[in-house]
Amino acid sequence: MQALRGFAWLLVLQSAGELASRGLHLPFPGPVVGLVLLLIALNVPLVREPVGACADFLLSHLSLLFVPVGVGVMTHLDLVGEYGGRMLLVIVLSTWIGLAVTALALRALMKHHRKE
Amino acid sequence: MPKFVELWVYLSSTPLFGLTATIALYALAQAAYVRLQQAPWANPVLWTVVAIAAFLLITGVPYPTYFSGAQFIHFLLGPAVVALAWPLWQRRAELRARWAPLLLAALIGGAAAAGSAWLLGQALRLPNDVVLSLTTKSVTAPVAMGVAEKIGGIPALAAVFAVLTGIVGALSGKYLFDLLRISTTPAGWMARGFALGTAAHGIGAARSLQVNADAGAYAGLALGLQVVLASLLIPLVFRLL
Repeated sequence: MQALRGFAWLLVLQSAGELASRGLHLPFPGPVVGLVLLLIALNVPLVREPVGACADFLLSHLSLLFVPVGVGVMTHLDLVGEYGGRMLLVIVLSTWIGLAVTALALRALMKHHRKE
Repeated sequence: MPKFVELWVYLSSTPLFGLTATIALYALAQAAYVRLQQAPWANPVLWTVVAIAAFLLITGVPYPTYFSGAQFIHFLLGPAVVALAWPLWQRRAELRARWAPLLLAALIGGAAAAGSAWLLGQALRLPNDVVLSLTTKSVTAPVAMGVAEKIGGIPALAAVFAVLTGIVGALSGKYLFDLLRISTTPAGWMARGFALGTAAHGIGAARSLQVNADAGAYAGLALGLQVVLASLLIPLVFRLL
């Protein structure tokens, strides 16, 4: 019941986010606005307890949720056939660059931060 | 035999098929992954996607038919993005104490991931809409789709690129961090997790969470920060260019 109530809160806040995003022409997608709204709402125990139970379940199976769009690659086989190698090269290299730069930047910044 | 074909034609055209295939194969892949001691190459998302796509191509079931069932899973991405507020909120004390280095690292790392994808795409002369769909790849798929649409990319392609990026990060992160001599002390796990959440979003975060609780926590934090930063800054940068 707790998790179900939490799911209801998530949907209500996502809907509020979608309405705000569209109505006010915000640059964020609706669910992102919902995330920010939830950050504020979590200060209320009535929201916090049920959302916590539901969020833990939903986020522990986060990678399952990517399967349907992932399978969508089969609808772009023409692009994949023509540019597949190059696209993969860009994805792999830029992912490594992103990982390395973030890890090294954070390590350097934290050393600096601790010294202060 | 014809009876079987008839039944298959019926089953493969109902939403039940797509939903069942997605959940059952993922549960199977997840079990195999655990049995293989969570080896990065056994990534359950990768193998579930490959198995379903291959199956659909062989049997000739069109993607929209599959998606009519799989959409129920896909739909949960929205509430899941909202739910990301939960790990952020749980770590609000740490975030408050270290907000400057964390925010700066998220900005620098996110810019490096998106910028390098854009530059490499241009250098390899990929079509413009493909390059634009590549720049959003380090953000979690549902947000990547929204942002790509705003800047003129192809949403479906952006989602696939994001999923592939997550898999590449989850597969190779460990080796890259070892190479860069990022330690496995609490500070090192923090850097490893934060980098995976920044550059490889939800799939990288899911992987971090399995390896180390600290790494998982910071990956969740990084993923949430990246969602907010990228959806605000990427459209802004492209408007100014």
